[in-house]
Amino acid sequence: MKILYFAWLRERVGVPEEVIALPENVRTVGEVITHLSSLGENYAYAFEQPSIIRAALDRKHVPLETPLGEARELALFPPMTGG
Amino acid sequence: MAPLVVRLQAEPIDVGAETRFLSEGRGDIGAIVTFTGLCRDEKGTLSGLELEHFPGMAEAEIIRIAEEAAGRWPLLGIVAIHRYGLVAPGEVIVLVGVASSHRQAAFAGAEFIMDFLKSRAPFWKKEHRTDGREGQWVDAKESDEAALSRW
Repeated sequence: MKILYFAWLRERVGVPEEVIALPENVRTVGEVITHLSSLGENYAYAFEQPSIIRAALDRKHVPLETPLGEARELALFPPMTGG
Repeated sequence: MAPLVVRLQAEPIDVGAETRFLSEGRGDIGAIVTFTGLCRDEKGTLSGLELEHFPGMAEAEIIRIAEEAAGRWPLLGIVAIHRYGLVAPGEVIVLVGVASSHRQAAFAGAEFIMDFLKSRAPFWKKEHRTDGREGQWVDAKESDEAALSRW
């Protein structure tokens, strides 16, 4: 699955986007975050407070318990600070 | 649907020109409310703010918010322009302008759009410091999230 990172999540992970092969038991956005956290120190640091992470599936905001379904792209980012 | 202009741009925002668009050539507009959000220097400590955004989603999200406002109030025109990239103190980061026949709808529409834009449009601010040290990412305010519940 294509995963995009923004702001300090992007800086901590170290790349703006990547394609990650997800294990079959990873079915929700929150489970993706848990899986990513296990991939290395940079990921563990990026996702140390998983509950504050915001997500968009195919560019629509979704809660973390949302199933991935047929979505092709997952964006993960901190709370937004525009305006 | 009221005329709607949503734009993201790296260049400075011409508030006068963008606002004139709302009433130019029309006789039905009785009220225009504009909000301009500016970059602060935080007592001289900041040389600017870097605005990161999610290009594929930011514009679509602002359009969605503006259309929801147009569905709630009798609005006759909306402009919403947001900068990205480096913004200097005193420069405009965001402009929201709302036209209606009467002021109540224009005030409410502009406030609604700004409240949702702050917490739902995918933008993030990073500070650039005048002392050359690495700047911090600006934290989201809980009051911004709380502001949504009144709508």
